[in-house]
Amino acid sequence: MNDALDVALRLLIVFGVFLTFPLIVGQTEHKVMAHMQGRLGPMYAGGFHGWAQLVADGVKFAQKEDVVPTGADRRIFQLAPAVALLPYLLVLLAIPIGPGEGAVGEVIDAGIFFVLAVMGVGVLGSLMAGWASANKFSLLGGLRTAAQLLAYELPMLLAAASVAMAAGTVSLPGILDAFEWWWLPWQIVGAIVFFVAGLAELQRPPFDMPVADSEIIFGAYTEYTGLRFALFLLAEYAGIIVLCGLTTVLFLGGWHGPWGADGLGWVWTLLKTAVLAFLVIWLRVTYPRLREDQLQKLSWTLLVPLSLAQIALTGIVKVVIQ
Amino acid sequence: MAPIPGSGLAKGLAVTLRTMTKKTVTEQYPDVQPDLPPRTRGVIGLFEENCTVCMLCARECPDWCIYIDSHKETIPAATPGGRERSRNVLDRFAIDFSLCMYCGICIEVCPFDALFWSPEFEYAETDIRDLTHERDKLREWMWTVPAPPALDPGAEEPKEIAAARKTAEKLAAAQAAQAAPAESAKPTGPTGPTEPVDPQGGQS
Repeated sequence: MNDALDVALRLLIVFGVFLTFPLIVGQTEHKVMAHMQGRLGPMYAGGFHGWAQLVADGVKFAQKEDVVPTGADRRIFQLAPAVALLPYLLVLLAIPIGPGEGAVGEVIDAGIFFVLAVMGVGVLGSLMAGWASANKFSLLGGLRTAAQLLAYELPMLLAAASVAMAAGTVSLPGILDAFEWWWLPWQIVGAIVFFVAGLAELQRPPFDMPVADSEIIFGAYTEYTGLRFALFLLAEYAGIIVLCGLTTVLFLGGWHGPWGADGLGWVWTLLKTAVLAFLVIWLRVTYPRLREDQLQKLSWTLLVPLSLAQIALTGIVKVVIQ
Repeated sequence: MAPIPGSGLAKGLAVTLRTMTKKTVTEQYPDVQPDLPPRTRGVIGLFEENCTVCMLCARECPDWCIYIDSHKETIPAATPGGRERSRNVLDRFAIDFSLCMYCGICIEVCPFDALFWSPEFEYAETDIRDLTHERDKLREWMWTVPAPPALDPGAEEPKEIAAARKTAEKLAAAQAAQAAPAESAKPTGPTGPTEPVDPQGGQS
């Protein structure tokens, strides 16, 4: 009985994080983006500096009619937002925020495998939406999503493999237990490749060619309204949390930090994740969208070779220090 | 020297970060009134005491948005045997702000200073017909007309003041000329008359 309670509590906490953190990131994006453009951003909803803007947005989305186009593949069309959103919830379960059993939703031995495989499923949601909408823009968006997935999954996996090699384990807490501070310069190239490829996988600007709202009208999401569209948006922001959390765990040492007591490791994890999330927003505000061919070129001619070089470096250093 | 690869990317990041730390340019208008410059073209006020119904404004208006009605009155002679005089009396003066394009030609062309710009701009209506402001409303706007901004430091003297000063100087010279013979009789008098008019007078 106690075990069941424990599991329920863990699931509840992870679910709570899953519901609140994306909103915090979204609100931060509203405000940071506005100030980076010399604006104020939302100021009214909730009274104090528009803190409840996303709550108001959610209420608006919930009120909207749920429309399914007549030509659409009804079941797939309605299922797609859930397929896009749920994988991130599952990944969140496996990310450790502190040392020990108590600070992770579920310890998974093959953590990296699980996390990367499930994250790949999230992109399927966009593909399903793009195909099932029976819309030219959606189809274009879906195809671009597929091309981007193919291009960026590879460097991401290679970069993650490099860390697994360095630690000698594929368990996420195991990697963190083996972490030393000098891994940071050692794996820095892999970290950058992982982060950039992750951004591309989330279709965040500047890699948002598949959803490019100014040319193909949000790509795969063209036909979506109301709650289902909101779920896609939530998936994007949950994806940011997951990507930043994973980068923190794999490359930035998670709960390890230069200062702080033993019990405060989770503060370090959250802090690093928050800084990375800010970086995601910052990159979005700063850079224009990459063209489709530039996007492919960046992956195949830069990120893949870099990640291979990182693996080679990891292997050499590993052999030398043994 | 070739630029370091990626320096452009870093520059871009620096620009957005710097903008984030600066003050925003957003004006929170309904909560905070805008800080309008003098000579803002908000609404046109009519100083009807100055209006002579010369109709110049109505005729120059490019979109014919000024309506003027008047009638002629005869004023009896002021002195016995004198001539009767006639003058125009304003019956209606209206500006249709749904037609007005705020060119300000009527204000420029008015020879009697009867029309003025006011910076007030919050007179939106739910019925387009209410945008035709009749003379009482136009007269009310006059209370919102700000004092004219001060002249630039090196600007030419205003014509009215220049004329007044010239007259005053002429008068002073004539008085001095009259006083001069009387003064010359006394050997220990003041060397000359002091300037009766401040040359800066009227500008302060």
